[in-house]
This record gives sequence, C-alpha cells and structure tokens, in this order.
Amino acid sequence: MFYIHCPYCGELREEEEFHPKGQAHIVRPADPAACSDDEWGDYLFFRDNPRGIHHELWVHAVGCRKFFNITRHTVTYEILETYKMGEQPRFTAEHPEGRPSQDGVDPASLREGVRA
Amino acid sequence: MSQLNRLARGGRIDRSRKLSFTFNGKRYQGHAGDTLASALLANGVDIVNRSFKYSRPRGIVAAGAEEPNAVVQLGKTEAGQVPNVRATQQALFDGLEARSTNGWPNVQRDMMSLVGKLGGKFMPPGFYYKTFMAPASMWMTYEKYIRKSAGLGRSPMESDPDIYDHLHQHCDVLVVGAGPAGLAAALAAARSGARVILVDEQEEMGGSLLDTRELLDDKPADQWVAEALKELAGLDNVTLLPRTTANGYHDHHFVTLHERRTEHLAETAPLKDGRRQVRSRMHRVRAGRVVLATGAHERPLVYANNDVPGNLLAGAVSTYVRRYGVVPGKRLVLSTSNDHAYRAALDWLESGHEVVAIADARANPDGELVEQARARGIRILPGSAVIEAKGENRVSGARVAKVDLDGFRVAGAAETLDCDTIASSGGYSPVIHLASHTGGRPTWRDDIFGFVPTLVKGVSAAGGAQGIYATGEVLADGVEAGRQAATEAGFSAASVSLPEVAVRRDGAAVGLFQVPHEKPTLRAPKQFVDLQNDVTAAGIEVATREGFESIEHVKRYTAMGFGTDQGKLGNINGMAIAARLLGRSIPEVGTTVFRPNYTPVTFGAIVGRHCRELFDPERYTAMHQWHVEHGAEFEDVGQWKRPWYFPRKVNGKTETMHEAVARECLAVREAVGILDASTLGKIDIQGPDAREFLGRVYTNKWAKLAPGRVRYGLMCKDDGMVFDDGTTSCLGENHFLMTTTSGGAATVLEWLELWHQTEWPELDVYFTSVTDHWATMTVTGPEARKLMAELTDIDLDKDAFKFMDWREGSVAGVPARVFRISFTGELAYEINVQANYALHVWEKLFAHGEKYGLTPYGTETMHVLRAEKGFIIAGQDTDGSVTPEDLGMQWAVGYDKPFSWIGQRALTRPDTARTDRKQLVGLKPRDAKVVLEEGAQIVFDPNHAIPMPMVGHVTSSYYSPTLDSGFALAVVKGGQQKMGETVYLPMADGQVHEAEIVSPIFLDPKGERQNV
Repeated sequence: MFYIHCPYCGELREEEEFHPKGQAHIVRPADPAACSDDEWGDYLFFRDNPRGIHHELWVHAVGCRKFFNITRHTVTYEILETYKMGEQPRFTAEHPEGRPSQDGVDPASLREGVRA
Repeated sequence: MSQLNRLARGGRIDRSRKLSFTFNGKRYQGHAGDTLASALLANGVDIVNRSFKYSRPRGIVAAGAEEPNAVVQLGKTEAGQVPNVRATQQALFDGLEARSTNGWPNVQRDMMSLVGKLGGKFMPPGFYYKTFMAPASMWMTYEKYIRKSAGLGRSPMESDPDIYDHLHQHCDVLVVGAGPAGLAAALAAARSGARVILVDEQEEMGGSLLDTRELLDDKPADQWVAEALKELAGLDNVTLLPRTTANGYHDHHFVTLHERRTEHLAETAPLKDGRRQVRSRMHRVRAGRVVLATGAHERPLVYANNDVPGNLLAGAVSTYVRRYGVVPGKRLVLSTSNDHAYRAALDWLESGHEVVAIADARANPDGELVEQARARGIRILPGSAVIEAKGENRVSGARVAKVDLDGFRVAGAAETLDCDTIASSGGYSPVIHLASHTGGRPTWRDDIFGFVPTLVKGVSAAGGAQGIYATGEVLADGVEAGRQAATEAGFSAASVSLPEVAVRRDGAAVGLFQVPHEKPTLRAPKQFVDLQNDVTAAGIEVATREGFESIEHVKRYTAMGFGTDQGKLGNINGMAIAARLLGRSIPEVGTTVFRPNYTPVTFGAIVGRHCRELFDPERYTAMHQWHVEHGAEFEDVGQWKRPWYFPRKVNGKTETMHEAVARECLAVREAVGILDASTLGKIDIQGPDAREFLGRVYTNKWAKLAPGRVRYGLMCKDDGMVFDDGTTSCLGENHFLMTTTSGGAATVLEWLELWHQTEWPELDVYFTSVTDHWATMTVTGPEARKLMAELTDIDLDKDAFKFMDWREGSVAGVPARVFRISFTGELAYEINVQANYALHVWEKLFAHGEKYGLTPYGTETMHVLRAEKGFIIAGQDTDGSVTPEDLGMQWAVGYDKPFSWIGQRALTRPDTARTDRKQLVGLKPRDAKVVLEEGAQIVFDPNHAIPMPMVGHVTSSYYSPTLDSGFALAVVKGGQQKMGETVYLPMADGQVHEAEIVSPIFLDPKGERQNV
C-alpha cells in the first residue's frame, strides 16, 4: 500500500485516501472536430506502459479532493515526487536522477519525504 | 501416558506444570513451554499426517514455521476449529485438541495409500488428471473421493465468538526477528532514541540463542537474551511483540504483523474481568526503516524415502533436545554437507543416546565441531551420505554410501546402519520471504550455497537473513544494521558493547541438494523435495523432460512451493535439481517469487472488526425510522438502505412483494403515492462559469435554461458512452443544482472535479455535495396537487407552476424547494427540505394524505413505474457501451453546441455511427403472463444452429399491474428499425419465449399525465 505525499495537504497519507486516475499529462485536443478518427482514438484509448518512470494522475479523494501528479517507478514502486496540476515533473525517463535545477532547489531535497 | 522421549533434565519447559491434550482422539501429557510438536515427539507419536498426494505416513521434520508435515486441525468445539496450524508453532495449553488434517479413515490405516500403490511405481505430476480422466464422465465421482482423502483442513461451520483488532502503527525502525541479529539491532536502534517495534513469531524471543551450544561472555546465551529483553522492555520507545509474525511486506514499508494474544492459552480467548480478551491483533505498521533479522532455514537433503517419520532436520533435533528436553529417538544417523549440523550429533550424544554415525559429504571434514565429534568417539564417514532411509511408519535403518558429487553418482557399496532417526542438513537458506514481497529478486551466493535478498531502499537484512551465520558476526551485523537504520531515520548512533563469543573454526561446506542413488532418479524410491505437496526429484525430472524449463513452470506443473508451506524447505532443493537437469547454474534457473503471507493468517485477524454491521458503512435517510416502523423491506443501493416495498397485513397475512408492488403501482396511477428519494445524488454548482461548464459535461444545451426551470441531461464519457443521467435545476443565473443516480453521486462529483481541475481550470465554478443536506420526497399521482395544496403556499396552478419548473416556498411550515419532475409519468412534486425537518414534513403529508389514499412506495414500484414510461436507469439499461443515440435520445443531444462537449466527437466515429448497434427498445412478451428474465439473451432465429447469433439482451423487466402484462426494456441490434418484429429468448430450461419489439414507452407516450 502506497504512502503518498499530497502536494496540497503537504502531508504523507495512506493510499486508501486516494484514487488513481491513469496516466498524467494526457491533454484533450483543443479542437476535437479537427482530429482524425485515429488521432481521437489515440487520445481516448492509448496509454503508455513503461518499465521505469511513469507519471500518473491521482486524486486525494477522501482528503482535499484535489487532483495532482505522481512520478512513480513501475518496477520498484518508488514514488520519486508528487506535484500539483500545471507543474512539470522533475524526474523523467530522460532525467531519472532529476532534471538540472532551474531555481536553485536541490532535487534531493524535493525527494525527501516522498520517498518510498 | 508416559513421555517416553522426555529427558529428565534440561530444556526451557516447566516440568512442574503438566498439561494434557488430545491428538486424533488420544490423550497425552506435555509441559508448559512445549509446542504441540515437542509434546507429540515427547510422547513418541511418529505419524502426524498422511501426505497430500501419495498418502504416505509423515512425521515432524522441523521445529519452526518451516514445518511442512505437522499441519493440524485445532479445536474441540465447532466454532473453535482452526485449520492449517503448524504443530511446531502452536504452544501447548491444557485441554488442547488437535487432529491430522489428512488421512481417511485415519492416519494409521489410510485408504489412499492404496491409490498410491495402484498408481504404480511413481505417480508423475498430473497423475490424477491423467489417471482418473477416463471416462471423463466419471471424474466427478473420482474427484469426490480424492478430495475427501486429500485436502488440508476445514473451516468452522459455526460463527467465531472471538474478537479481533486492527491497530495502525508508525515506528522509526521495525525489527523483524528477535534472534541474535534482531536483538542486537533493536538494542542499537532503541538506545539512539528511535521508536522501535521488535517482532518475533515464537513463544519466546531469542531465536537460535535459545538452543545454541555457544556461550556469550562465558555464560549460557539465554542469559544475554534475558538481559537484552529486560533493557528493551524498560524503554518507552520500544514495543515488543512476541508471538507476532510479520506476514506481509507491502509497498513503502507497510508491514502487516499478526499478533496472537490468546492462542497459547485456550481454543477461544479466555475471559478477563468478565470480558472476552482480544484473540489476535493485526498491526498495520508504516515503518521508517526496516531491519530483517529473519534468520535462515536449514535445508534437508533429498534422499530416497526421506519422508518416512524419523527423518528430521539436524537443527530441529538440537532444538528439541536443548529447548524442549525431548530426544525424538534412540539411535541417530546424521547426514550433512557442513560443520554446523554436527551440533545435532553432539546434543544427541550428551542427552545419553547413541549416535550411530555421521555421513559427511565432504572428503576431508576438519572443522572444530568435527574434531569434537571425533574426540567423543563418533564414527564419521567422510565423502558419504545417507542415500536411502529404510522403514515404513518409522525409520528402521539408513543406507549410507560414498557419493561422487561432481559425477552425481554413488561411488561405493552401500552399508545399512541400524537407526531410528536420520537427521540431515544440506546447509542453510536465508529467510528472504519478506524481502521477496517487496519485489527484489534474490541473488545466489556460491560461497554460502544460498540466495541472499535484494533489498529496496530503507530496508536492511542482518545476520542469517543475509547469509552470516557465526554467532559473533551475527551480533555485530545486527548492531550495525540497527545503528544504520536509526541514523537514517535521523537519530544519532548509540554504542552497544557486544558479548564475547569464541570464534569457531568451521570447515568449508559443499553444495549438496539431491543425493544420488544407485538407481536413476525415476526408478529409485521416492526422493522428496516438497514434502507438503508430495513433489519428488523424479517429478521435477519428468517436468523438465516434458519441456517445462522455466522454474515458474516447473513450480506450477509439480505444485512445488504451493500450499501453506510456500516452499520454505523445498524450493532451493527443487531449483538446484532443475538446474542440474537442465545443465544450468542455480542463478540461471532463478527462483520463484515468495508472496504474502509468510505463514497462514486467520480470516478473523484479517477482518478485524470489519464484519457484520461494521463490514461497510450504512447510510440512512432522514425518514428511515418511519420506514422501519411501517414494515418496509429494504434494498441496498450502494451504501444506502432504501425501502424496497411496504408489505401490508391483509386479513392477518403479509403481502408478497408481488402483491405489495401491484397495490403501490395502482395507488400512484389512480390516487397518490410517496417515495423517499433522498438518496439521489445532489451537487450544488456555483460560479460565473457554471452554465458554460454544464454545457460541456452534458450532452444537451444549458445556455438558455432560466432560473426556475429544470432540465434532464445525459452525461457521457469522451468515448461517447452514457455513464450517468439526472436533472439539473437553475437556481440563479450562476447557481445550479444537479441530481445524479443514487449510486453515482461520488463518481459524478469526482468526474466534474477532474475536468475542472485538469482541463478547464480557467472556468470559475465550484462543486459541493449536498446529498445529505436535502431530503427528497416525491409526491406523485393524480391526487398529488390536491394534497400539496393543503400544505404549501406555492401557487400550484398548472400554468404558474408547470412541468419541469421548480419553486421555492414552504411545505408543512418548512422552507422547501419543490420540483415538478416526474419519474413515474404522473403529476409529481419532488419536495426538498433540509434533512432534519424531513420527518416532520413526511408525517404531515401522511396526516393530510390519508383521505387521498396516500401510499408509500419503494424502489421496486419506482422501477415498474419508470420502466412503463421507458425512463432508463443508467447502469442498468446502459452498460458503458451505449450512446445517447442507441437510447433513442437524440432529443437530449445538442449537436450544434459551440464547445465540443464530452462525448460529442466520439459519436461520429465509424463504430458509434453504425446503424446495427444495440439499441434500446421495448419488448412485449407474446404471453402476457411471462416476465422475461433480466439479462436473458435475445436471438432473431431460435432454430439457428448453436452457437446462435445473439443480438441483444433484456435490461429491465417487470410485471405491470396497469397493463396487466409482463413488459421489458432491452437492447437489440438495429432494434429501432424493427418495431413490430418478433424476437426469441431461449432459456436455460429449454423454453423459448417470444416477444414483440415495441416502443420503450408503454404508457402515455405523449406525456399527458405528467403535464396536467
């Protein structure tokens, strides 16, 4: 059972409080009518299933009811970070150790408290 | 009964306290401090079970959790039955009753051993399926008897009187296992100030230190154990949990601990101060750091007839002698691949019994223990092993021979030694089960002939669990692991001074798993790998010959590592045998995955208090008590308890559901009825963009809905499929009240939040669940207006307060919102009041309604009435593959709305545009008395050869008292174009029903009754 840091509540809470909602960063096409059937089908049905770092959408269903994102390793189940809607992940398949910091924040300190 | 194998002195039992118990109906005596297993051995009970498949007699092999044979059924009373208890882990108490789980009619004289003999020289994997399959029709008969004589235990048939608790805990450092490594780790972590939980599955903490020959600071090791435990017990930051098994290691250091609080005292929890004690606790621990100090299991050697009672693990022999004062025989032969096992021979000898010989697989055994054994005059046979045990119900001899390990063959003539006990040791397997639960694949180490765990961050293994076996090194490793865990958890390291342990010089061990026999494996007497599942070396050979090369396939084909045992003794031997047969190394073959739970956990412990009325929360409406008092039968709708129907007593007889529903339906159609509709989901939506938002999530238009008006809407997912429906009322320009299905309220609210928070955060809109705040009662029927007029100040004129309007006013003196929505097709008023006034309003309605025939109705009548009108229930008449067009509800779709609402794009996909999709229709059975079965499949041609093309199914079906006929809603391929055609419903009993496709609206198609 996961131990999840809600970026809105600022606390680690048990998985029972959350619902997983699938892959994160799926954007609905701005003009659905302009999409081909294939493009619309991709948006509706096709999802990544990586071995390794994966970005997921979760909701703090019986907490603050906010949606947020989790970067999780699908092999170790380690949660590398949680971040609010609209923010970008620091840990990605290209940067498994964390992207170089733009704003002087040490990636390691961000991981503290949300580590598996 | 005398305890013929009990020593006069020694062990950790209390000889002054005699406990009597029965096993298979026979009475025996043991002592306080015994396990059921040690007491059985003390009484000379050789056969404790019959084996699973071959029904061979089996005895006790081990002294701990790894025992595969002595799996017993516990319980004197029916309610106290507990299956699958390992006798080695069950403390003896006075009055304990246990019996074998296998063996019919009994373990001594077993029917099934005949089957084993009939089965020929060996029963290969798949034996039962291959042998008893012909003729196929007889399998059921065979199976009944095979099951009767196989199987492991049975569950109680009466309900459990005991109480079980769940505890949720946090700690900085969780230490699993209280042997030398665990105690040292706990001391180091505890002294640093960290919150520590120390768990151990045995009756006493101390692990191997409770039966070791070694001295700590020149004193018996148990003295150091006592001192360590005294210190830990005195610290506020330490929780000691004896008799507690860490059974599952789940994600992110979530560990489940099963604490047995009374199972060593009595069959069911004894009373304390007049109250029943808690039988067991499930601790759900979220640990900061975890130290696995779970030790190692000794591996038995795989030789012929190694399952005959009297074959034990070498370490178990030492444990029984030193800890329980029991010598399980008179004359011992030891077969070993390592030095450590020699202690079994020394302990045996010191207890005053004879050690016939030690067969050591190594050519030149020369360690310290070997020298000690030699010095005591024990005969040592180097380069040899026990290749076969003799005897049927008890070992009567051991055939020993020189073995060539590299060539896997017997290298000389066998000598038969006269003995009644064979102890064997093939080395030690670190107990890696918990580490394996976390997903880490273990690593094989050739130097220790064992797998060591691969660990995730935050967990460490100490001592035997990672292949460190010398007591002094184990203690030091434990201290280091405890210190490191505490440091990582943010505490500063504390010093722990370790006791002096003499360093013992051990000779190198050899890798020995299966012992060669003169005959090839397939023709030699059975060499057991997994005793619990009767998997033999020959079985593994057959599996590999039949092409099962992956160890996971070998496991499933042979059943190795299944059952309550989970491969504790057998797995490594099995992998080693498969590796040799496949010409691969053990790491190449790999291991199977151990899964939770480590040992079986009772359902009571898993369930805790979450049973009966506390199994799931129950939701009641404000009028619930009234319903109870008026005899309602209830139906579960999600967590809600809804009145199903209200049976009346007529001439002293209670109405059937059919009678009650018919009466309730006619009351609504002819007079007036009332429904408690409070469970409908209600979502308050506010904000300047509320209207825009509704337009995007509903299929129809919301731009022009004026305050005071109500509109029905369908909600789709972006794949175009309907998932909920309901009405939404405009309360103000920026204020709406949405209703959802009773079961869909939480889902719909989360759905709205999802789209708002992730896709359209720029929309200024807020959602609040108000389901529980407002109680809803539907007053419906031709007399509804007259009744309402007596209680409300709202103008009820049919032009002032039209169908699909809502008005604010007072009802029965209470502020109310009244909606003219109809789910029955009749004139209807849905009265919403603050929930805590609802009962008052409800009772007032009845006070005034009696003269109009006001009749309460439940969900069943609601269903009949709505189905007569063709109103769907989302989730019953739809199933996630139904579009608004399939429902014939194009009128509720805004094709030309400016924003591409959720689901719109998908409606033009080729698949959703097909004309032969399953479409909602009505079905009129040709025989009016027939009520079609919901879910029944529909065909066009009942004479078509099987398999018949199935073209749809019945979604809702009832008897209508108004139509005096059965009727149904259904989905049928292309059904909307097939009005008047006949379809057929073949049933399982051979009947074929006929029905006509009709409009789904059976009553008042123009809606005149609701518009009055």
